[in-house]
Amino acid sequence: MARNLRLLGFLALIYASLSISGAAVIRPINEAHQSAALELFVPINGSFGSLEETYEALKTFQILGVEKGAEISHATCPVVVEKLGSSLSTSKDLFHALRVNSILGCQIDSRTFEDVASKLQALIKDANSLLDFHYAVGGLLYIKDQGINVILSDADGTFHSIKALSQSDGRWRYDSNSAESSTYAAGIALETIAGVVSLADRKLDQSKIGIVKNDIVKLFDSIKSYDDGTLYFDEKHVDASEYKGPLSTSASVVRGVTAFATVASGRLNIPSDKMLGLAKFFLSIGIPGSTKDLFNQIESLSCLKNNRVSIPLILSLPSTVLSLTSKDQLKVEVTTVFGSAAPPLTVSLVQAFHSDSKDTPVLENQELQFDSENTIHYLDIIPLKLDVGKYTLIFEISLHDPENVNTYATGGRTSLMSFVTGSIKIDKAEIGILESGAGGSETLQKLDLSRDSTLSLSANHLQKLRLSFQLITPLGHNFKPHQVFLKLRHETNVEHIFVMESSARQFKITLDFLGFVERFYYLSGKYKIELTVGDAAMENSFLRALGHIELDLPEPPEKAAHPPPQPVDPYLRFGPKQEISHIFRAPEKRPPKELSLAFLALTLLPFVGFLIGLMRLGVNLKGFPSSTVPAAFSMLFHAGIAAVLSLYVLFWLKLDLFTTLKALGFLGVLLVFVGHRTLSYHASTTAKLKSS
Amino acid sequence: MAKSTSSDAQMLIRSLRTAYAATPTNLKIIDVYVVYAIVTAVIQVVYMGVVGSFPFNSFLSGVLFCVGTAVLAVCLRIQVNKENKEFKDLPPERPYADFVLCNLVLHLVIMNFLG
Repeated sequence: MARNLRLLGFLALIYASLSISGAAVIRPINEAHQSAALELFVPINGSFGSLEETYEALKTFQILGVEKGAEISHATCPVVVEKLGSSLSTSKDLFHALRVNSILGCQIDSRTFEDVASKLQALIKDANSLLDFHYAVGGLLYIKDQGINVILSDADGTFHSIKALSQSDGRWRYDSNSAESSTYAAGIALETIAGVVSLADRKLDQSKIGIVKNDIVKLFDSIKSYDDGTLYFDEKHVDASEYKGPLSTSASVVRGVTAFATVASGRLNIPSDKMLGLAKFFLSIGIPGSTKDLFNQIESLSCLKNNRVSIPLILSLPSTVLSLTSKDQLKVEVTTVFGSAAPPLTVSLVQAFHSDSKDTPVLENQELQFDSENTIHYLDIIPLKLDVGKYTLIFEISLHDPENVNTYATGGRTSLMSFVTGSIKIDKAEIGILESGAGGSETLQKLDLSRDSTLSLSANHLQKLRLSFQLITPLGHNFKPHQVFLKLRHETNVEHIFVMESSARQFKITLDFLGFVERFYYLSGKYKIELTVGDAAMENSFLRALGHIELDLPEPPEKAAHPPPQPVDPYLRFGPKQEISHIFRAPEKRPPKELSLAFLALTLLPFVGFLIGLMRLGVNLKGFPSSTVPAAFSMLFHAGIAAVLSLYVLFWLKLDLFTTLKALGFLGVLLVFVGHRTLSYHASTTAKLKSS
Repeated sequence: MAKSTSSDAQMLIRSLRTAYAATPTNLKIIDVYVVYAIVTAVIQVVYMGVVGSFPFNSFLSGVLFCVGTAVLAVCLRIQVNKENKEFKDLPPERPYADFVLCNLVLHLVIMNFLG
């Protein structure tokens, strides 16, 4: 039963996610982003890593309103001071150091700043790549913010050098040698040009500003879009090693364009819908998983928040599910990208379409009321007589102050999805067994489907089971849920699921067992009946056990299919295994011990006989040499033989062959030498005896 | 006829015995040794007949050792016997050294095979 509920919930979830047609729910930045930032940006030993990463972390925390400077400055300020003071630092190092310092506010005297400024000015003169200009101009801007008077001497020349790298489609190259142009570089170039304009000692020629504005318009022609109205920038030529994804590229362009719009006089000719589309793109990411992505998202949205082109206003639904039972109101929020208040405006629901009838709107032109306490626009839906189901709502924002129309981007008509759920009434439920054949008697009994029942029916294969009921929405219309299943489960856990058909007024099913005999694998016995009714818009979806039915089916023929094997509990494989009975070779029959010992004694008997025989023959040791040296040799000879024999006994008892052979080799050499001496002496004495 | 055969047999045995008594002592020692070895082998065969040949390698090594050592003793006897014309010039120590050496090797092999 739990499995069915899980299946139901899973299916409902899939349906709900599919119904939003691939678009992420767009909500303004909230505390979830703050906690994500705290989780992602974790300082190790008081520092975030390189100066670039430190800047990303500090800027993100600054925008989100988290105070982190105190923990970091202790470890990071010395690095900043060292980089600014060192003569080996490149423009990139100085740029990052100045950026971090602008947030941390380390103690640096103005002499250092002036030195760095003059160094950067010199670097600008020699610069020839876009990034060199970017770092130098950016660094000078940060120094200017510290209060040092910085003027860019040759602003026109610098502008021309940067502009020379632009392409006709609004993109920029990184330097004059590279052939590929990049949108990311365009963002950097616009930011640098904005810096050049603000650092120049006198105003730049307006025609130059106009040229750049045209470039921006051309750049925006290459903007791409997703189905849900979000817009983004991506690189045209994908070079795998240098590829920066849509997020980084769009963030770079937004930074550049908003920076340029701040310094340029007059308006930029960018439609407000595009700014809103970009804002939606950044918000649709939700909560990014990496530090760089989070930084890009938060920083771009911060640039968009107060930009001079048009400030995006986000219309979102705090909750997309409205319940008729709890009399929810339709609530709509209109805020800036960071969730702060929008200027005075009115939201109106232009049209509302039910998923069943996509052409005729159910509602039209409803104005939402404004709750200034919670800054929420709301609409009571109960008096509007909305039935349960999935709705597409189309909203429109109208600003009160006509001057705000150019400042804010409201995006025309915004389309959002919403669910209206309610409690479905189940009526006129009947179940019974019918005889087959047209003239069957209808003895149906009433069923209360608001709780489990314990019916006890019985049928044979010639009869039919019939179940029918009506489903009524709160407004009294017929309801067609997504899942209406009847399940019959045998005692052996073999299940059969049937989908109930719906006619105009009711749901019904007639199970003719004659046709299902083979499908049921000829299994007679007790079958549990379960009814499942479920839908995403139905608050009281249920799985009811209705009782059981005793089915009497005929005997299976020989070739009938067997029911499928039921899934075995997968943990059974970890249980004890079958006992293995080993078959051993029967041990050989050994003789009784006494018999063996008797024969051992018998075997030693001939030795005794041998000794007796020797004594009878008069064995003596007269031939043994008397003088010392030969006697010694003879003794050694006999001792050697005894040693070899005892070595053999030892070999039989516990030694192995190799050790024995080693010892034997040693003893054998000794024995040969000694034996030769002894026997030659013996031979010589007998020869002397013979000759004499 | 039976009487003559039996008396012939007795005469044969008597003459054998007197001839044997004339053999030198060292040859007699070797004979006793051979008899000892053969008797030991026979006892082992009888034992195997009684209990079955389960550790067959042990039985073989036992029997073949006895037979081997008897054979080596017979070789020694041939070489040491002064009446043998072929080995007249050979001092008896040489065959004795051979006997000892071969016996030691036989001992090693049998000990290995005994198990």
